Amino acid sequence: MLLDKLKIALADDDADDRFLFEEAIKEIHIKTNLSLYVNGKELMEHLTAPNVVLPQLVFLDLNMPVKNGLQCLKEIRGNSALKELSVAIYSTSCSEKDIEETFVNGANIYINKPNNFNKLKEVIERVLQLNWQYQTSYLNKDNFLLRI
Amino acid sequence: MKIYVTFDYIKISKKILDEQLRGMNIEYKFKGFGEVEILNDLSQKKYNDLKETLGNYGVTIVDDDKDEQVQRIKDTITHMIYTDEEAKMYKVSTYLSDKMDVPYTQLASLFSESTYTSIENFVILKKIDYAKNLIVNHNLTLTEIAYKLNYSSVAHLSAQFKKTTGLTPSTFQRIIKKRREKPNE
Repeated sequence: MLLDKLKIALADDDADDRFLFEEAIKEIHIKTNLSLYVNGKELMEHLTAPNVVLPQLVFLDLNMPVKNGLQCLKEIRGNSALKELSVAIYSTSCSEKDIEETFVNGANIYINKPNNFNKLKEVIERVLQLNWQYQTSYLNKDNFLLRI
Repeated sequence: MKIYVTFDYIKISKKILDEQLRGMNIEYKFKGFGEVEILNDLSQKKYNDLKETLGNYGVTIVDDDKDEQVQRIKDTITHMIYTDEEAKMYKVSTYLSDKMDVPYTQLASLFSESTYTSIENFVILKKIDYAKNLIVNHNLTLTEIAYKLNYSSVAHLSAQFKKTTGLTPSTFQRIIKKRREKPNE
């Protein structure tokens, strides 16, 4: 029931964004274990590898070369072994159409990439806190939607 | 064909416990939310077996006293929101300290120590979770839901929903509806 460390994966092709995310998450008081991937293909290979320890929460950049965030999302939601994963879309796009499409395809969280570091920290912390409640408190995961 | 179902979690949990405990010839008594008194002596082996059997159903025996109290706070909140009609007359703090017989300040600090949130925020989260279920499964109007969940007005419910999820109730409803209509790929 109670978890030790929250295991998190991030797929983002932008090295600066990966760096900032990692810095931000280090400064949050929730204990985490973060793995980074440079595109969707790498992430999916990891998630579907045999005997893998799955993360509880995955952050997906929407625009990535090779395999984009939406493709990853669809593959994750189409794979019953990955059904417990919470998926957070992490994107610069504010288009309502994009947002709704990702939710309909099974995303739990949609984050507009914040433009300053403190805001980024706040946003990640809120997401982690909420996801923690979903891991530990029998809330209905089918209805887990958050937009920030 | 699709059917939609709703669950009475407390009833399901009790039923599972009852079947498993009886199955292992263990005599017991329910002592309230999440508390079960075992009347026979349990050998360590039998205790471990029980732990494993219940684990298969997502039922965890809590060894740690703190975890157990936090779990009981959560269960009491669930009961307050879902089933106890009379709870509407009390403040959350009064209700919890009454039911659990522990001063609220003590419950509150224990809770925030181990859950990364506060009791107040957890209550909101749980209420909104219930509101979501009511919106998608029962087609209740927001006015009906606001009344059922003891909000002073629809505007208050709507604002809290938006604050908690980032979405308006109607956007939320539209997304879930589209998800359900989406053909499986």
